[in-house]
Amino acid sequence: MRRLLKNRKFAVGMIISIVFLVIALLGPWFVSSVMQVDPRGIDYDAISAPPSPQHLLGTNHVGQDVLAQLIIGARGSVTVGLLSGIIATVIAVLVGTTAGYLGGIPDRAINAVVNVLMTLPGFALLFIIAGYVQEAGILLIAVVIGLLEWPGGARSIRAQTMSLRNRDFTSALRTVGESTPRIIAVEVVPHLGGVISSMFLKAVVAGIFMEASLAFLGLGSTSEITWGTMVSQAQTGGAILRGHWWFFLPPGLAIALIGFATAMINFGLDEITNPQLNARLNARTRQFNREQRRRRALAEAGGPA
Amino acid sequence: MSDTQKVVPSTPATISPAPLPKRARGRGGSFLLQRAGFYVVTAWVALTLNFLIPRFMPGDPAQALALQITRQTGAQLTPEMLDSIRTLYGDPNTNLLEQYLSYLGSIVTGDFGIAVSRYPTPVIDLILAALPWTLFLVGVSTIVAWVVGTGLGVIVGYRPGGKLDNWLTPISQFFSSMPSFWVALVCLWIFALTLGIFPSSGGYDPSVPFEITNFWFLASVLQYGALPILTSIFVGFAGWLFAMRNMMVTTVSEDYVTLARAEGLSNRRVTFRYAARNAMLPNITGLATSIGAILGGVVLTEIVFTYPGMGYLLFNAITTKDYPLMQAIFLMIVLAVLIANFIADSLYVLLDPRTREN
Repeated sequence: MRRLLKNRKFAVGMIISIVFLVIALLGPWFVSSVMQVDPRGIDYDAISAPPSPQHLLGTNHVGQDVLAQLIIGARGSVTVGLLSGIIATVIAVLVGTTAGYLGGIPDRAINAVVNVLMTLPGFALLFIIAGYVQEAGILLIAVVIGLLEWPGGARSIRAQTMSLRNRDFTSALRTVGESTPRIIAVEVVPHLGGVISSMFLKAVVAGIFMEASLAFLGLGSTSEITWGTMVSQAQTGGAILRGHWWFFLPPGLAIALIGFATAMINFGLDEITNPQLNARLNARTRQFNREQRRRRALAEAGGPA
Repeated sequence: MSDTQKVVPSTPATISPAPLPKRARGRGGSFLLQRAGFYVVTAWVALTLNFLIPRFMPGDPAQALALQITRQTGAQLTPEMLDSIRTLYGDPNTNLLEQYLSYLGSIVTGDFGIAVSRYPTPVIDLILAALPWTLFLVGVSTIVAWVVGTGLGVIVGYRPGGKLDNWLTPISQFFSSMPSFWVALVCLWIFALTLGIFPSSGGYDPSVPFEITNFWFLASVLQYGALPILTSIFVGFAGWLFAMRNMMVTTVSEDYVTLARAEGLSNRRVTFRYAARNAMLPNITGLATSIGAILGGVVLTEIVFTYPGMGYLLFNAITTKDYPLMQAIFLMIVLAVLIANFIADSLYVLLDPRTREN
């Protein structure tokens, strides 16, 4: 754990993610009791108003406080991300470990399905389903996204499981007569930690992205506030044409920050598990080599003379 | 070619180079044949999903569609039109298998039904008009983003942990985490509305005659396409950068790169001809797996700039609940992704000798 926190990329990513999680958890409470603002409440004196002490991030085209919406939207977006991420990860682990562990015909069948689903553009599938189920709530959207997102993760989990399956500790348990589901659950899955966590993080961000894209296409939730619905409202409300940057910049930046944070966590995890990728270690090795060369050159120059 | 042969561990093929080409073509060919078979299966799955989704939705979409057309246009449907709608959206009076076969039949002949929003234009006409615009955007922006990203990845990955790596990698990561439609909105705001450098909407200058041979028309296409293309490049290049960087970092520590350096070859030669050349392969397969995501981004970008491509068509289809149009666009996106995948596979066979040998 200390090695994890020492990695700068990992630490930065973790801090940003935790901040967003806290906002998603406590945000609604904060908005209603500390800021004392109703995120849907309309301030008729300030319509499309720029940032001011009353409205720190200004108001939108109908006079709602942008900061309050941004905080409430964090809960919506993070919920969609987490829920879809959890669904996708659970399916990926179940399918990936089963295929990788059993091998043979079940593996080939599952792998064929995974390959087909991976090649089909998930985004296109998503919009066509959402197109029929118009005015879906964010929970339904999250479930559909989760059901579409798992194939990529399943593939890498399968590959990892295949190598674990032939290690000594699994074959030992097999000879003892342990049941297959138990071996997978107790011995294989814990060793997949790295793959699973990186897949989960990617799935969370992809979920937030997809929800925002759906909202922008006009297929998002109409009752809940998410960062996606905020950007889409800014677009339809003409905020861009009038240059009301305080309305459309913050939600997009928030999405970008979350994506950045999770990518940094994954980067950090990669560097720790694969020392070859460690940037700081690499830089130090190069410095060491340079120093060696310089010394040798000095010694050669000084030696024979 | 001789450079790589020097460093790659010698295989039987390099000892007797004469009979290789013929055999190589054969192996590469069977690999491609296998891939083509896979894509046909995938296309069939997409077609089947397209068939099943409206039939599993609550209510009777075919009935609703017929009503919607009469309501919107006031036109009475001819029996042939009703028949076509039934084929595509479900008929309670015939069994599912029969419906499926006639559905496949009409798709193969290019009959996607009639667009509700622009009754009575056939869907296929709308799609054929929009497709070239999207292909242009996707083609240009993907190629530029790939070249820029891969190039920067080579430079950054050659010195991991260097100054450039420490700054450029996180910054471009941040850029690539922005949603494409949002970047498009910001570009629209800055470059079109505030600075007024580029036009804010459309695909060409409407005052110029619409002729593919007219120079001014082509110039206006470039001018109007600039912002959507810039947006897609901005969102897309970083992904290639990271993939290339990570492959470079591992490749640079390989023995053959050390050997090349020990031979006293110039830094540039080692970087590009030895390390980058081999590290690039995953980026080429990556091209295939990411084409779906690229298309998704372009589709959303088009909406922002009201660009006359598939994305804008899709947006119109969704806002007017034009299901025939939506489903045809879905099939087109799938088809485009499969074709792009196949092209990438072919490129891979050309570039990686290992897919041809053993």
